[in-house]
Amino acid sequence: MTQVKLDKFCLVGAVAALLALIFPLAGIDGDTGKQVAFVGDIPGLASAMALCVIAGAAFTWIGVCTILHAGILLAVAVFGAWQAIDALYDYGVAGYASTGFWLFIISLWAFVWRAIDVIANYHSLETVKQQSANIIVPIAFGVWLLFVWEVVVSGFGVPQVLLPPPSMIGVRFVSSTDTMMADFYQTFVKAALSGYVMGCGSAFLVAIAVDRVPFLKRGLLPLGNMVSALPIIGVAPIMVMWFGFDWQSKAAVIVIMTFFPMLVNTVTGLNAAGKLEKDLMATYASGYWSTLFRLRLPAAMPFVFNALKINSTLALIGAIVAEFFGTPIVGMGFRISTEVGRMNIDMVWAEIALAALAGTAFYGAVAYVERKATSWHPSFRVRRH
Amino acid sequence: MTLKQVVDNVAAMPASKKAVVDIKDLSLTFQTADGPVYALSEVDLTIEEGDFVSFIGPSGCGKTTLLRVIADLEKATGGEISINGVSPEAAREARAYGYVFQAPALLPWRSIERNVTLPLEIMDLSKEERIKRAHDALKLVELNGFEKKFPWQLSGGMQQRASIARALSFDADLLLMDEPFGALDEIVRDHLNEQLLKLWARTNKTVAFVTHSIPEAVYLSSKIVVMSPRPGRIIDVIETKFPKDRTLDIRETPEFLEIAHRVREGLRAGHGHDE
Repeated sequence: MTQVKLDKFCLVGAVAALLALIFPLAGIDGDTGKQVAFVGDIPGLASAMALCVIAGAAFTWIGVCTILHAGILLAVAVFGAWQAIDALYDYGVAGYASTGFWLFIISLWAFVWRAIDVIANYHSLETVKQQSANIIVPIAFGVWLLFVWEVVVSGFGVPQVLLPPPSMIGVRFVSSTDTMMADFYQTFVKAALSGYVMGCGSAFLVAIAVDRVPFLKRGLLPLGNMVSALPIIGVAPIMVMWFGFDWQSKAAVIVIMTFFPMLVNTVTGLNAAGKLEKDLMATYASGYWSTLFRLRLPAAMPFVFNALKINSTLALIGAIVAEFFGTPIVGMGFRISTEVGRMNIDMVWAEIALAALAGTAFYGAVAYVERKATSWHPSFRVRRH
Repeated sequence: MTLKQVVDNVAAMPASKKAVVDIKDLSLTFQTADGPVYALSEVDLTIEEGDFVSFIGPSGCGKTTLLRVIADLEKATGGEISINGVSPEAAREARAYGYVFQAPALLPWRSIERNVTLPLEIMDLSKEERIKRAHDALKLVELNGFEKKFPWQLSGGMQQRASIARALSFDADLLLMDEPFGALDEIVRDHLNEQLLKLWARTNKTVAFVTHSIPEAVYLSSKIVVMSPRPGRIIDVIETKFPKDRTLDIRETPEFLEIAHRVREGLRAGHGHDE
């Protein structure tokens, strides 16, 4: 006889959902002296809670064994989350959420946790299935975090100046697309990208020169080290004085920020080729440039891409911060500094979201090119078996 | 002129073969913080066209260093050395030799074929010519069909064979091999030794081969150079009379055992100098 093993997470979910049906859903309105809402008044929410009790109890017994079980559990949680949002905004629970409501959120949390856990441990030899499982996990996790943010901020009635709910940021994001696009173009395309290309490109060329000329290695590297230690908020105003208010001064700040990581990494990378490989090239009477292009630069690529990835995030940060020190009336940094002054915190968050999206996409693009260009490197080639 | 030189010269005369490598009184001293290290001293050696010369000795006896001097990867500090009648540097510039290292040293970002075409690329050959030669070289080491694979997808023995194909691809008459099979297991090693012999018999290349295995040296060579350490010097040169198309079976013959015995005696005597 085998011992039945109960699924603890589903047990927590079922019990919490059951208690959510019993405990009061919302607090008492100060003006009317009445309770704001009851579970019985909201059929959608009540049915979601009941569903959670049933599904939780069922899975406690049979366990979440397959990807199908996890999918059902996730679907139940999504339905519950939708009803919880509905209750907050359409039935006036926002700002008055009480024990019952939070117990329901705990129940949903238990289900989502268990489902993601199962999906994250999913292994398939079929690439498509494995990849979709790999994508679902971070998306489900991210959406869940947004939901918790939304529910906590609305449920507790947190003032919008402190932290607006993500839905409000989203609405603001969509409704001010024109402004955001202009800001994006100014800060990311004009300033960050051009600064990134100039900084990384010049550092790459200087690295090759440094590698070739020994006295530059002794003289320039320590100097470069010093430049990289310069505080950005000290340099930015000077660059604005030198290069004007427009994107050029921001690009200059980014060049200063990105130059050193690229220089050091490339110089290190150029020395990454082994002695054996260098001897090999010598036996072919390969000249300096031939060895550079056929051996040393390919061997340096993992280091170069490392710097490109570090710099992709540095560039955007540099562009935004530099805009605090003088800018035309457009740009992400400009928008953030002025909208904070006007207490339009949702706009500030919308810009932050835009910066996060742009930064992630930029990093992702560089990482993608890296994977394609250095697929021979041990850190990537394991995946190709 | 030492007695050995006289013997060498006399031995060389009737065949009247061309000397590919000619070394006279060669020495190499490394200057280190702990004082000079005498890596090679008073080395006299002639390698003739079509010879298969093995260098054998304990580690630190300078056999690899000698090979590197021939390849112009190290500079001698005394004596004379000529390769095909010119200096090692000129020979290297003329791509007079193919060198096989202890490790395969294949570039991981290049496919096997592109690894083999690497020297041809540096020599500025046309693409069709490069592909054709790579194909031929890979066929010689029985690696045809693996052109598009990457080095890490091949076993260690196959990687080393690919590196031999690379050294063969530009058809240099002299092949320098530095313990090429040292890291491989005995079975793979035997197999590669057989293949190497076949290759040598077919192409009539001159081979200089560093090893620390006595059976390998006796089995492969037409001439065995026994070396001893500190300072690295030649203590015996043994000629073998096995035919070029020898098989692994000769390892059971009395002649083989006799030569192996002489090599072992030589190594022991060389070692005795230290104690």
